Amino acid sequence: MRITHVLSAALLAVGLAAGPAAADDASPSPSTSEDSGAPTQAGTSFRTATEIDQGQQATASGSTGDYLYWSFPADAGQRPDVRATVKLPGSHAAQTWQIDVYDGLRRRQACQYGAQTRTAAQGATSVELACVMRTVRAWSEPWADDPLPGTYYIRLTVVNLGSADLGQPMSAEVRVDSEDIGGSAAVDGSLAKPLVPGIAVKSESDDSSSSSSKSAKSAVLSSIEPDDGWSSGWWTDRWVWTGIGGVLAALAGIGGYALTRGTGRPSRVPPGA
Amino acid sequence: MIRTQRLAAGVCALLAALASGIAFPGQAVADETDDQAAPKVELVLDVSGSMRTADIDGGTRMAAAKQAFNEVLDATPEGVQLGIRTLGANYHGNDRKVGCKDTAQLYPVSTLDRTEAKTAVATLQPTGWTPIGPALLKAADDLQGGDGTRRIVLISDGEDTCQPLDPCEVAREIAAKGVGLTIDTLGLVPDAKTRDQLSCIADATGGTYTSVQHKEELTDRVGQLVHRAADPVVTPVATEGTDQCSSAPALKSGLYTDREEFGQQRWYKVDVNPGQELRASVSVAADRAVNPDYGVLLRAVTATGREIVRGEASGTGRTDVISTGLRYPKAESDDENTAAETVCVQVTNSFSAASGVKTSPGLPIELTVDVVDGPSKASDVASFGLGRGWWLLGALVLTGFLAGVLWGWLSRWRVAVWRTN
Repeated sequence: MRITHVLSAALLAVGLAAGPAAADDASPSPSTSEDSGAPTQAGTSFRTATEIDQGQQATASGSTGDYLYWSFPADAGQRPDVRATVKLPGSHAAQTWQIDVYDGLRRRQACQYGAQTRTAAQGATSVELACVMRTVRAWSEPWADDPLPGTYYIRLTVVNLGSADLGQPMSAEVRVDSEDIGGSAAVDGSLAKPLVPGIAVKSESDDSSSSSSKSAKSAVLSSIEPDDGWSSGWWTDRWVWTGIGGVLAALAGIGGYALTRGTGRPSRVPPGA
Repeated sequence: MIRTQRLAAGVCALLAALASGIAFPGQAVADETDDQAAPKVELVLDVSGSMRTADIDGGTRMAAAKQAFNEVLDATPEGVQLGIRTLGANYHGNDRKVGCKDTAQLYPVSTLDRTEAKTAVATLQPTGWTPIGPALLKAADDLQGGDGTRRIVLISDGEDTCQPLDPCEVAREIAAKGVGLTIDTLGLVPDAKTRDQLSCIADATGGTYTSVQHKEELTDRVGQLVHRAADPVVTPVATEGTDQCSSAPALKSGLYTDREEFGQQRWYKVDVNPGQELRASVSVAADRAVNPDYGVLLRAVTATGREIVRGEASGTGRTDVISTGLRYPKAESDDENTAAETVCVQVTNSFSAASGVKTSPGLPIELTVDVVDGPSKASDVASFGLGRGWWLLGALVLTGFLAGVLWGWLSRWRVAVWRTN
């Protein structure tokens, strides 16, 4: 995000020379993969979901039939792309796996595309699932369930299986990357606080812990935050577009004015004037 | 002199300790503040006669379990209070009544002394019956007290031989009584009856079921479960919603649990000040066999009964929970003395079950309430009313150009008028 900011700000300075098209080039987010320290287990409920960062390859082992939960942060302007690979034991009947994505309010979020549910044929060793979410908006009306900045939960489970396969060992890999959609998704308004569950409780305890010297590591529902913090919401590449538009309009205005003046003295002016 | 004083003080302290120890035997443990939030785990091991069968990597099931226990005991994280309970370890006879009471605490739930625990495990001999239900009840008693998470890990190789007490029902009742108690089950035999029973026990408490065929699997899984217990988790607060808003419990920001039967309504109240935003989400867990189509509805209603906003979700197929949430930003008020609004929150579910499935205790509900400062506000669809895209540029350029031309003509006309005058 920051790179986008700097780049776009530079663009604004260069203005005319660079041209507005370049603003689009700055969009792909540099998702550095940090596999070291990636979680190797998953939670089994919303409450115990394992927190992962975007770009991290999280792994987990479990039993067929478990409900595995992870959570990740997503900020405004991002379009998260959740991918999961399930490795299955050698022999099993056909079984159907599914990933569901829930937002910070535990509302199920739709996938735009990607194989959210897929059936592993009998004996298949792995099944790959994907869910490309909608773009996270900075704000939406309370009556809409648009994705908003905050915590997102991934639930991976088998939804259809032969009872003999229940409890068999399996392992899963999950990774979330996101595409930066940029200004086209920028809306006015922002949430006072991101949709992170328990954020009200957390800020209260922050206040109280400063006064009392309670250093115990207290559990929180979700302590998740993007690497560079939640965006403040004021930046959008629309500033660049609108700024350049203003400059171009001014130039066009000067051009139009110059056109009406013609070159040199107007012909109708009497020579003696 | 100092020595005598110390001695006297010591004797006094000893006497006091003895006296209080006699008066309140449980006091000493409860007073240790560190223990309050410590996660507690009890491993419940089936030591019935069938554990003698040698079908796990060439060794007996008992040998595999012992080895797994030894390795798990070595790897138990600091701060976890671990206990071991056996079932069917002591009674050899054929009297079903006696055999079905045969469950004993091998190692009490406490800070782990590895050597002691291992010695205790080494003495185990596969013996008697499989009283899973009674063992679970006792295990739940062992884990009582404290605010930490509680987990029972049940390792068994056969179904309960002590019907009619259904261990699955027992598990559900245990979960309903205590907050934050999970039972994970591991089956050493992949036969259908054992599997059904153990997975039913796990589902009833939000736990997991694993079928084990190899030693390593057993060790890995038990170790994983014990470690899972050590992760700090928010323990929900038990509350009880009512069937109407006026008598509903008032909730503040936090995490709550409750129970809701099929078709029941649960009401809660939350106070929201002007300029605050209410965020509530609810999950209803399917802890028993339910019909495959279900839903949940969460409504925020004013005190007068007008619906403000709702969250709804429905689903089909296998699931652990169905959840939904809502937001309600309350607008700022110019008047500083505006009182907080009481928002009624209603939770209903549309789960159903086949006849014969017990309806009470109800399905577990998990409710999160967050009241955060500052409502979200927006004045325009576009960010700050700014635009973007080629059409915008085109429109701006065209407007600029036309304005320039117009200005040019205007000034020429003015010059011409001025000159002629």
